Amino acid sequence: MDDAAPMPRRSALDSLEAALPKIVLGPSLLVSLIFVYGFIAWTAILSFTKSRMLPNYEFVGLYQYVTLFENERWWVALKNLCVFGGLFIFSCLAVGLILAILLDQKIRAEGWLRSIYLYPMALSFIVTGTAWKWILNPGLGVERVVQQLGFPGFTFDWLVNPQMSIYAVVIAGAWQSSGFVMALFLAGLRGIDDSIIKAAQVDGASMPRIYWSIIIPTLRPVFFSAVMILAHIAIKSFDLVMALTGGGPGFSSDLPATFMYAFGFTRNQVGLGAASAMMMLATVVAVIVPLMYSEVRRHRRG
Amino acid sequence: MGALSIRNVVKRYGNVTILKSINLEVRDGEFVILVGPSGCGKSTLLNMIAGLDTVSEGEIAIGGRVVNDLPPKDRDIAMVFQSYALYPTMNVRENILFGLRIRKATPPQMEEALARVAKTLQMEHLLDRKPSQLSGGQRQRVAMGRALARDPALFLFDEPLSNLDAKLRVDMRTEIKLLHDRVKTTIVYVTHDQIEAMTLGDRIVVMKDGEVRQVGSPQEVYDDPADLFVAGFIGSPSMNFIRCTVESRDGRLGVGLHDGTGTFFVPAPPSITGLSERAGREVILGIRPEQITDKDPYAGANPHSIEQSARIEVVQPTGPDTLVLIRLNGTPVTCRVHPGANPKASQPLGLTFDLSKVVFFDPATEKRIR
Amino acid sequence: MAEFTRAESAGGRAFGRVIVYGLLVLVAIYYLMPLIVMLTTSVKSLEEIRAGNLVALPTSITFDAWSKAWGTACTGADCSGLKGNFWASMNFVLPAVVISTLIGAFNGYVLTLWRFKGSDALFTIMLVGCFIPFQVVLLPMAQTLGWLGLANTTPGLVFVHVVYGLAFTTLFFRNFYVSVPEEMVKAARIDGADFFTIFWRIILPLSPPIIVVCVIWQFTQIWNDFLFGVVFSGGERQPITVALNNLVNTSTGVKEYNVDMAAAIIAALPTLFVYVVAGKYFVRGLTAGSVKG
Repeated sequence: MDDAAPMPRRSALDSLEAALPKIVLGPSLLVSLIFVYGFIAWTAILSFTKSRMLPNYEFVGLYQYVTLFENERWWVALKNLCVFGGLFIFSCLAVGLILAILLDQKIRAEGWLRSIYLYPMALSFIVTGTAWKWILNPGLGVERVVQQLGFPGFTFDWLVNPQMSIYAVVIAGAWQSSGFVMALFLAGLRGIDDSIIKAAQVDGASMPRIYWSIIIPTLRPVFFSAVMILAHIAIKSFDLVMALTGGGPGFSSDLPATFMYAFGFTRNQVGLGAASAMMMLATVVAVIVPLMYSEVRRHRRG
Repeated sequence: MGALSIRNVVKRYGNVTILKSINLEVRDGEFVILVGPSGCGKSTLLNMIAGLDTVSEGEIAIGGRVVNDLPPKDRDIAMVFQSYALYPTMNVRENILFGLRIRKATPPQMEEALARVAKTLQMEHLLDRKPSQLSGGQRQRVAMGRALARDPALFLFDEPLSNLDAKLRVDMRTEIKLLHDRVKTTIVYVTHDQIEAMTLGDRIVVMKDGEVRQVGSPQEVYDDPADLFVAGFIGSPSMNFIRCTVESRDGRLGVGLHDGTGTFFVPAPPSITGLSERAGREVILGIRPEQITDKDPYAGANPHSIEQSARIEVVQPTGPDTLVLIRLNGTPVTCRVHPGANPKASQPLGLTFDLSKVVFFDPATEKRIR
Repeated sequence: MAEFTRAESAGGRAFGRVIVYGLLVLVAIYYLMPLIVMLTTSVKSLEEIRAGNLVALPTSITFDAWSKAWGTACTGADCSGLKGNFWASMNFVLPAVVISTLIGAFNGYVLTLWRFKGSDALFTIMLVGCFIPFQVVLLPMAQTLGWLGLANTTPGLVFVHVVYGLAFTTLFFRNFYVSVPEEMVKAARIDGADFFTIFWRIILPLSPPIIVVCVIWQFTQIWNDFLFGVVFSGGERQPITVALNNLVNTSTGVKEYNVDMAAAIIAALPTLFVYVVAGKYFVRGLTAGSVKG
């Protein structure tokens, strides 16, 4: 068997063929490296400069961060983020879970109900904000409806009340996103092995008990993704505030995202805007990384 | 033209060596089985023959032509996969002709190939169906049809029957064997199922841990295993392995066995000269279940047999035979007896040990003692 | 799947069902209320709105607000309604959706069926694009678009949406193609098909379900986007979300709530339409894009 023919050369075409997967993926990777990683680095650099209207690469160390944390408006935005984020995540989880459990009771017309709970997710936050701005209109909105029902003293002025404006944002945000959380939980519930529930029933557990001790704990991964997505939405929230309150009255309903837009684009404080953007990124990292880490570690152990 | 040579082939992924210098010559028209437990490297070797995986060292030649650097399409091979890998959006006809169409075959060529394949595999009535409308066996047949259509020099089968249920697997086994008799194309067939290997192959290549342990005809591999692994892997129920010590009695070498009540001497065939230097040392005795049977009053006296009664622990009827478990040297030992012997658990049964084919292994190296 | 009430007595069960249905319907009404209020307000006259009640049905129906929102309402300085912005949105949304979906499909194909050493790591690198708050890229992107001459242009918006949509579309296709057996690609290679032939002839014909999911997701995301629109566009080519926000928040003149609502519905119509005709795929995209991401 030593009379083998000379080894055929790998043709240029064949080596091109072998490299094709990399060539195809290359541009996307490059785009990601430049426009995600590169731009994050660029923003970081800007945040260490005294850039105002135009980028100016004179480095001033942490000056912009110091300015940022001396700015009362930034503190309002951070406080609002905590209030909004906390309430928004909690109410979406609570409403979503309850709706999912109720919908999982072999409901007739489940498809219709599900579609109704979920349609807000198809809307732009701008549309949602516009609609709720009208509903919560002090004078012509819900306030007047309740007054006409026979409570003439009723007031509902959250949109124009600096103490309450951020809660108005919570109402609209939860209305838009809770149906989505419902869909996540419902998918999770449908994925649970029926035989676990049957086994628990045979063991004599009551249904509420089964939900509390067996079903809800097995939904843990769904909680994890839901919290991650909701936290992400909360930190990025921009459109909703812009449409509903514009950050007002004053800057009482500002969030970091609106703060960043205001300073980075309308008030020509590029350096400060960059610093606030970096803080937003840090917040996302601070929320997502521990969540992911705990989940991954759980997977490893489990 | 369909001969296959594998010379000193090595496969490494990083620091891990998957295949350690494989050598194998397959004659044109031969049906060769690569068999071994999962992870033994048999599928990697097949993928390398197909060109789906690169060769780290050594040469692979098909029809006398080294193909190391040729892409799969230029190797004149066809392959049948475990998951069938049919193209789900194409019907059977398009599936079978896809390869020819890619190669820009003319319509008459395609007509001819389709007619030939459909006739060979008797699936004229399936041509317009989509894979999802076919049963498992039919899908398997289409996958073979796709391979046949191009009339390649070499067929590669990667566990093609593993997804089928037991009965269908037996039918398809027959069909593959008939197919090979008809088309006479070289086949390299990978399986982890030793029954498939025994029933299908002209030759079996037993692999483990990236090495070829033995190459031979099914009967050779069965009767004359090279080592402990091959002996245990081929055959079902598998060979009994009993640890025992080499003794000499009445000038004959053999081993002593005890069944809990008493000890008896098992003389080794005189041809096994390797035992003489191991007197007093431990060896492993290999004896297949069919070599321990009930006493057959009609059989002539076998000079290489002894008779011994043993207490039965478990009885497992299979229909044609009944498997009974006894215990020798503390090891459970399977014996194959006639159902008529009417064995009962916990009772003694007189057994005949056919010693002409017993084998011995070195416990340290696991190699045969010859 | 479990029924809360299964173990109860017959009477208790019926009572439980009534409570469950009652709650579900109440919540449904709450969810529908904003849409109904928008619709009814948009067909009321301004007098009726001022005098009447938010949830009352209109006494007479008029579409004046709709024609004004579409054709003559002021969005900032420009008073030609939303029609220009509606088509401007279509103009950049459709190419952005098509391009990002196509690239995502190729990426997913490579990342699952042509994996090479390090390709999983590359995927992780790209996936980060799903997680960042886009505020962190706005300032450099604004400057880059200026350099490229793409600031305030339709191609500029297409570019931005493609760049930051790629992570999602790649994720969709990757997660879909993971379930395609690699053996199918092997079989096709042995049949003689090359990289692109396998994609066009075998993989793409398998893909309509995920293409629909991806297109719907991208369409909804890009159509509804406000952040990129408000930062990277100007004048008549502003996306409809930006124009809607300007229209609603224009402080000059009389506040015309009926026009606001008509405009909001116009801005919501395309995505609502998609939701109504392909809701199943919409939900699938939401859960796929998030659960796995």
